[in-house]
Amino acid sequence: MSTTELPRIAALPAAEEAATPAPRPRRMGDVVTHGVLILGVLLFALPLWIVIMGSTHDAASIGRGEVPLLPGAHAIENYAGAWAGGTSATIRVPVAVMMLNSVVMATAIAVGKIAISLISAYAVVFFRFPGRMLAFWAIFITLMLPVEVRIFPTFKVVSDLGMMDSYAGLIVPLIASATATLLFRQFFMTIPDEFVEAAKIDGAGPMRFFWDVALPLSRTNMAALFVILFVYGWNQYLWPLLVTTSGNVETIVVGIVKMIGSEANTEWNIVMATTVLALLPPVAVVLLMQRWFVKGLTDTEK
Amino acid sequence: MATLELSGIEKSFGQTPVLHGIDLRVADGEMIVIVGASGCGKSTLLRIVAGLETATAGTVRIGGRDVTALEPADRDVAMVFQNYALYPHMSVFQNMAYGLKIRGLPTAEIRRRVGEAAELLGIGALLERRPRQLSGGQRQRVAMGRAIVREPKLFLFDEPLSNLDAKLRVQMRAEIRRLQKRLGVTSLFVTHDQVEAMTLGDRLVVMHQGHAAQVATPMEVWARPADNYVAGFIGSPAMNFLEAALAEGGAAAALKAGPTIRFADGPRPGADGRRIILGIRPEHVVPDPAGLVLDLDLVEPLGSETVAHGTLPGGEAFAAKLPGAAVSPGDRALAVALPPAAWHVFDAASGRRLDPG
Repeated sequence: MSTTELPRIAALPAAEEAATPAPRPRRMGDVVTHGVLILGVLLFALPLWIVIMGSTHDAASIGRGEVPLLPGAHAIENYAGAWAGGTSATIRVPVAVMMLNSVVMATAIAVGKIAISLISAYAVVFFRFPGRMLAFWAIFITLMLPVEVRIFPTFKVVSDLGMMDSYAGLIVPLIASATATLLFRQFFMTIPDEFVEAAKIDGAGPMRFFWDVALPLSRTNMAALFVILFVYGWNQYLWPLLVTTSGNVETIVVGIVKMIGSEANTEWNIVMATTVLALLPPVAVVLLMQRWFVKGLTDTEK
Repeated sequence: MATLELSGIEKSFGQTPVLHGIDLRVADGEMIVIVGASGCGKSTLLRIVAGLETATAGTVRIGGRDVTALEPADRDVAMVFQNYALYPHMSVFQNMAYGLKIRGLPTAEIRRRVGEAAELLGIGALLERRPRQLSGGQRQRVAMGRAIVREPKLFLFDEPLSNLDAKLRVQMRAEIRRLQKRLGVTSLFVTHDQVEAMTLGDRLVVMHQGHAAQVATPMEVWARPADNYVAGFIGSPAMNFLEAALAEGGAAAALKAGPTIRFADGPRPGADGRRIILGIRPEHVVPDPAGLVLDLDLVEPLGSETVAHGTLPGGEAFAAKLPGAAVSPGDRALAVALPPAAWHVFDAASGRRLDPG
């Protein structure tokens, strides 16, 4: 976007000064904008590059304080070591287990949030029942409470229910989403009344309408939300840190933090390999869903 | 196919009354057009028949069965919406088949009915398309098809032609009429367009402020409007209304514009001086060198005829529609006669038609 926009803006004053558009200032503008953009890309890409390169060297070379910019020869042993054995700081829980835990948690949170939000938004938009606005506002107000505010009461409840150190304890407290409910509500409100009326005349009840019309029309929104919520779930740190007490359900994000906890004997090569591994699922989800997105966008109904 | 009977239908939204007791009997296979300006309650009436709104009072009978308390799905009606309400994620076939699928018809029967309806409407080649791949006219046909396959007792049309361009509207109008006659399904058609109303309906219901101002055949509505609202609503350009008072013992009208002219069809009841409104359609006005002089301010040549707008000596606005080029755009004045045989007489206070007697 900005590559095409900026040069045009830069060329405007030049075009005003001389009646014939001068090629030189335009090329200058091109060089400057491209320079800025390349600098930006480097700033973003460099840490990633260092991590990827670092994950291919042995522990000693990073320990000496080198910043490796070229691939080393230890890639396979680092990744295999991380995947199967973790580090001593995480009591040798394999990264594979932490990855699995994170995938389970992020997927369950994303799917759960979408399912619950869809149903509650559907109720709030398409049904008239006493307390409808009260229900809506109750959901809406929870938006204003950050996780940290209710984290200790939540912790107490989860611990009393005996859900500590389990998938249920990781997932259930995070499974409802006011934001997603609000988004689906706004989307449902754009569904024309005539669809509802046509369905009524066709004899479709509320459940049929939900499955046959509301749900298929929400596909694009669901894909978008899944990406956002999966990454949200994947990046959870504070809650998993509190609720996991053993390595069994430890998530990868918590694991990485624990790995670099002690500066002295950090196995940097393993940490970096773990970091690269931890990047992959969110990236995969984004790429996969992006295709869905584009499909949804080009298929745009209406 | 069935009759429809509305009795004493009233509707209020909160404190606001919208319909004040509508009575209507529709014969089997009849096409009734409900016409009126926006806000007159015509769509509300249709939605009450469909069951999408609940009437505050009154009963709806379809085919002799009281359906007032029934859900829309149980009334055996089909509706065509203004924006067609086609489900965007379903193909044309799925859209048309949806109502049948819900009713649990066997697949073979659904295929047969949808196929037949598509053939009838000339959309057989479009069955696999999505609604967004169709033009306005094609969507309109699909919406019709969805109603037809249901084989309902009653068709309800809620301004289905308003989203089409002018040319397509005329074409679809004729098509709907042909189709309705061929299928013989009792139909209610809501529109604000008087041309649609005149051309489509076996009978019209002209709605005004929640009342049925007149229920009659299109020609009767045009020739004998029940009140000055109906008279002004039907016909284009609109009927001229002139202030007048009864004179000569009810046998003549003394026009505010000047002359006193005798009625052609006999005296009206009431004392001399009773205030009345004389209506005369622009197309019934004739040029007459000895007549009233119209001070022209706009002349619209339409080819086969010319519409002249101006004011009468009394200051009242007046329009005349004359054949050919009887007036030219440069003319400043036009002398016209108002043939009494073409008059419509209304009571000035109530607006009701006054007939001789």
